[in-house]
Amino acid sequence: MAVPAAALTVRRRRRRYGRYVRAPLTLIAPNLVLFALFFAWPAAIGIAYSFTNYNGFSAASFVGLSNYTQLLGDPLFHSALVRTLLFTGMVVPLAYVLSLTIAMLLVSRYAKGKLVARVFFFIPWLISPIVNGLIWRWMFGENFGLVNFALQRLGLPTLAWQSNGTLSLIVMVMAEAWAGTAFSMLLFVAALKNVPQVYYEAAAIDGAPGWRRFWHITLPGIRWTSFIVVLLTTIGTMKEYALIIAFGNGGPGTENNLMVQYIYQTGFQETRIGYGSAASLVLMLLLMAVAMLQILVNRRREKA
Amino acid sequence: MTTLDVEVQRGPAAGTSTKGLPGRPRGRAVAGRSRLSFLGVKPGEGRKFISATTLLWLLAAAYGFPVLWFILSAFKPAGELFSYPLHLLPQHPTVKGFVEAWHSFDVALYFRNTFIVATAATVLTLVTSACSGYALAKYDTIWLKMFFVGMLATTMLPTEVMLAPSFLVVRDLRLYNNLAGVIVPTVYTATGTLMFRQFYKTVPDELLEAGRMDGGSELGLFLRVMVPIARPVFVTLAIFSFVWRWNDYIWPLLVINNPHWFTLQIGIESIVGAQNVNWSVLLGASVIGMAPLLVMYLVFQRFVMNTDLNSGLKG
Repeated sequence: MAVPAAALTVRRRRRRYGRYVRAPLTLIAPNLVLFALFFAWPAAIGIAYSFTNYNGFSAASFVGLSNYTQLLGDPLFHSALVRTLLFTGMVVPLAYVLSLTIAMLLVSRYAKGKLVARVFFFIPWLISPIVNGLIWRWMFGENFGLVNFALQRLGLPTLAWQSNGTLSLIVMVMAEAWAGTAFSMLLFVAALKNVPQVYYEAAAIDGAPGWRRFWHITLPGIRWTSFIVVLLTTIGTMKEYALIIAFGNGGPGTENNLMVQYIYQTGFQETRIGYGSAASLVLMLLLMAVAMLQILVNRRREKA
Repeated sequence: MTTLDVEVQRGPAAGTSTKGLPGRPRGRAVAGRSRLSFLGVKPGEGRKFISATTLLWLLAAAYGFPVLWFILSAFKPAGELFSYPLHLLPQHPTVKGFVEAWHSFDVALYFRNTFIVATAATVLTLVTSACSGYALAKYDTIWLKMFFVGMLATTMLPTEVMLAPSFLVVRDLRLYNNLAGVIVPTVYTATGTLMFRQFYKTVPDELLEAGRMDGGSELGLFLRVMVPIARPVFVTLAIFSFVWRWNDYIWPLLVINNPHWFTLQIGIESIVGAQNVNWSVLLGASVIGMAPLLVMYLVFQRFVMNTDLNSGLKG
């Protein structure tokens, strides 16, 4: 992307602006301090404590990798990890397809009433994850919910949306995708408007059908945004907590406990700071691995 | 998805005219013209128009309905909430749920706390983001680059995942059980800084040079020239930040233990935590909690929809 021009400006700017130190330092000082206090420091002590048995009060003693081996042996941790991956694996594709479809409709010449419709798509973004969980819990209540009432009316069997772990997870997947659509949609709308029109015109002259135009022009044209959307959705979904709590407290039982809930319970409620930090680090490594993987895939596709 | 051609607002569709060529049954096209021409639909496009518009509105209904059902339910008396058959509209509309929530659960107090948190955090976020975004866009040193990389890392590794250590930091800074402890750690956001950085990248350097010729100090230039021209970014980030902070759950939960400082989200969740969920009160409290954001969005929505977030994230 215009590398030579960028390199030129950088070199020119260095000569011109390199002498300013005090002004930029003053300007970034507040954020620098906040970054150090609330990101770098917790990360540093988190890593350190993950090798100790610190509980917040008594002196910490070094326990080596025992927190990590204990984690690997904990079935609750296993299930939280698997559930989180499952949840993320379902939310990301669903949210991607929904937000891209809606974004395409919102820039399409054929759809009418776009200005009003987009207000509807944006409302879920305003809803807090707690209330989001409640909204879906209210619709999918087992004995009082609208969905079961509708099923009953249609002569179909009602379903155990709360007490069946799989169904419960599926409803939460819908809730998460529903809430996350607006933000991704905003990114896609901007990207779609930037795909050069001449490509479509040329394709139309060649008589390429709509799906081919979508596959060969639209998708490559929004590749960078797709990458960002998938990355941000993955990260956002993997750390979901409030929605799950409000929908059913990670239930039935502990079946739908996700990673952050596990970290909260062990590290904070049981004040096993060392153990909880170890779990945090595992989640962080997981997020980092996902990010790296996506960056690699993106690089490869850009080269191809 | 095959019917959705992405043809961004442009004039007469040169490309699509091929669709209406001879060989295609004309009946439908003519019918399309007669029925839909008043909406600016050209002959031969009727079917595309109908399928795209139908899909758009089906999706819009699907996105709006859960909230609509929730809000309408909040106006139903307790007895009507659970008795089948359910009705979309309340048969005997009432605001009892709201009144009860307001009185029995200190919603007024939670509301005040949340308002303080969201407002203070938003103001501070605007100030710090504008300053650092400007510095990152208009100055060039090695440590600024390092800070930029570190900042990008925080978008990938969110600090709220490090729950226990973050709690220790807040405790050691004597911010525990204190609204300041909810506010200060949320002030720094990478997104805000990136938005301002992106904006100031588009401001020509000549403007800065001209100010320097006039002998203005660097910070004076920023305050007098650069801050006023960034007004749209301020408005957009203010909306975003206010919504984020209003809806925060896990961070206030970690920092606040005293019900006197509960925010709305913790307060609502505490109603759920009770053994038998009192849905009437819960619905009322939830709707009260989301009302300010709905109103704010409807007033300012053009600032949200016109955000070019994409370029901001592009760095």
